[in-house]
Amino acid sequence: MTRLGRSPVLVTNPVVRFLARRLLYSIVVLIGVLVVVFALVHVVPGDPVRIALGTRYTPQAYDALRSASGMDRPLIEQFFGYMGSALTGDLGVSFRNGDPVTVTLLERLPATVSLAFVGIVIALLIALPAGIWSALHEGRASDAIVRVTSQFGVSIPDFWMGILLIALFASTLHWLPTSGYRPLFDDPAGWLRHVILPGLTVGLVAAAIMTRYIRSAVLEVAAMGYVRTARSKGLPPRVVTMRHTVRNAAIPVLTITGIQLATILGGVIVVEVVFAWPGLGRLVYNAVAARDYPVIQGAVLLIAALFLLINLIVDALYAVVDPRIRLS
Amino acid sequence: MTTCTPADTTTAEEQTRLSAVRLLAGNPVTVVSAIVLAVLVVVAITAQWIAPFGVNDIDVPNALRPPGGEHWFGTDELGRDIFSRVLVAIQASLRVAVVSVAFAVVVGVTIGLIASYRGGWLDTVVMRVVDVMFAFPVLLLALAVVAILGPGVTTTILAIGSVYTPIFARVARASTLSVRVEPFVQVSRTMGTGHLYMLGRHILPNIAGPLIVQTSLSLAFAILSEAALSFLGLGIQPPQPSLGRMIFDSQGFVTLAWWMAVFPGAAIVVTVLAFNLLGDGLRDVLDPKQRTMIEARRRSG
Repeated sequence: MTRLGRSPVLVTNPVVRFLARRLLYSIVVLIGVLVVVFALVHVVPGDPVRIALGTRYTPQAYDALRSASGMDRPLIEQFFGYMGSALTGDLGVSFRNGDPVTVTLLERLPATVSLAFVGIVIALLIALPAGIWSALHEGRASDAIVRVTSQFGVSIPDFWMGILLIALFASTLHWLPTSGYRPLFDDPAGWLRHVILPGLTVGLVAAAIMTRYIRSAVLEVAAMGYVRTARSKGLPPRVVTMRHTVRNAAIPVLTITGIQLATILGGVIVVEVVFAWPGLGRLVYNAVAARDYPVIQGAVLLIAALFLLINLIVDALYAVVDPRIRLS
Repeated sequence: MTTCTPADTTTAEEQTRLSAVRLLAGNPVTVVSAIVLAVLVVVAITAQWIAPFGVNDIDVPNALRPPGGEHWFGTDELGRDIFSRVLVAIQASLRVAVVSVAFAVVVGVTIGLIASYRGGWLDTVVMRVVDVMFAFPVLLLALAVVAILGPGVTTTILAIGSVYTPIFARVARASTLSVRVEPFVQVSRTMGTGHLYMLGRHILPNIAGPLIVQTSLSLAFAILSEAALSFLGLGIQPPQPSLGRMIFDSQGFVTLAWWMAVFPGAAIVVTVLAFNLLGDGLRDVLDPKQRTMIEARRRSG
């Protein structure tokens, strides 16, 4: 059991205990992530510095980069050095242009976060009504249509959908720009025009996945005894649906929304490439092509840490929303 | 004297299997997706022979021809026949998906089985490693593997295989944990059955259901991952055609020649959809909880 401080109130509070356990778990996983990210460079067959330099190789450049990246030090020293620096926010410098990785990542983060946010909002706007409708009309034609459509959505490659959307709305109808990005706070209207197509691409795929989860979450709740009781005591169907069914399905819905948001943050690589969206995904793509290992390491670490953070927030919301966790 | 009728000789196990087949055959969606997959597999195996043109036969005077005539799916910017290229690309795509998922099944199931069967510290360590792997988004992890090993088919297989290994480890572990406490396993253990025999004869056959379902769904995602990696230029390398790269190449011609993007994309959607639907159908039959629900519903209907 995890003990958090000496205060008996804190230790006996189940929410605090639950969250402390989840926090500890996240820290353990984060350390594991750090080990994997550190190992990335060291399992490269051959010399990563030599590979990264490519045609720019000269003995002087090689020595300079090797010493700047700390790769001339013993492995164990490098490991603890990397751990220490990473925990203080220093992720080294890019092999390609010498820029600090942390600064580059922070510059790219807003573009990815804004795209992920628009994507998840679009996904929820579609998946919530579709999933609930489908579950409440189980076995009818409308349910079948929603199920088939969502199964299609899950099977469509996001980059293909992006290209088709560009072909229709940008190249043919000229309603929206084909690609590019405007910062939200500098040019809100420009940002909106540029974010619609990539946001739709991300959102439609996520909506397909979420519709399936929401449908089964609602179906599971609808089969519970208390819903039957509510119905048998003569409550109007609308009240049973809203107060008993949908409300209790909120917890699994919250989970899948969190998971999807985390997935989008780490999975928009291809969509960002299609729409020339200057986010983390395109940064990783360019870094992989240039074998810029510190940037790859930093981006992978940041995305994995965001994933853990979102999961932790979902767990915290869980404890707030679900009295069973609060009272257990 | 009693006579032995065929019904008497049918064991409970055989009856379960028979009813599983009957349930599968009774679901038209599952049957259709299985047929589509069978056709795709035949196409993939015979692609080289049935393709009307060579995949790299350049014919510039006939470039960007719309579908019709001798070019069923039209031609690309170099006059190459898109139908032939799609057929051969399906073969490459399925090969990568099957080999990488097979890798994930073998490695993942072995890890999951041993971890949950032995329990203790081994289980804890293995599962924490699996948790760490789950913190990385699939494509990002695959990209990291490509960054280490360089682009190519073998790397793509390794990347996708290693990404799906933890999923199979987790499914195998969870299923083993529930089977391990069953009375028949306990009885077998008290009779002194060896570990290998126990795993092979009692545990593995009883956790096969969820693993088969996961295999079908993973094949769908593996095809999507391969297409994404190839789209980014990090998967299957030219001159070998791949569906992802064909879509990438179509970007400059999307208003001039819609067929360059539509047919390779449709091939991906059909394949992935078939695997997904088959996986869903299999889950309905092989997952005991779902199965009871379906049978109850059919009886009441």
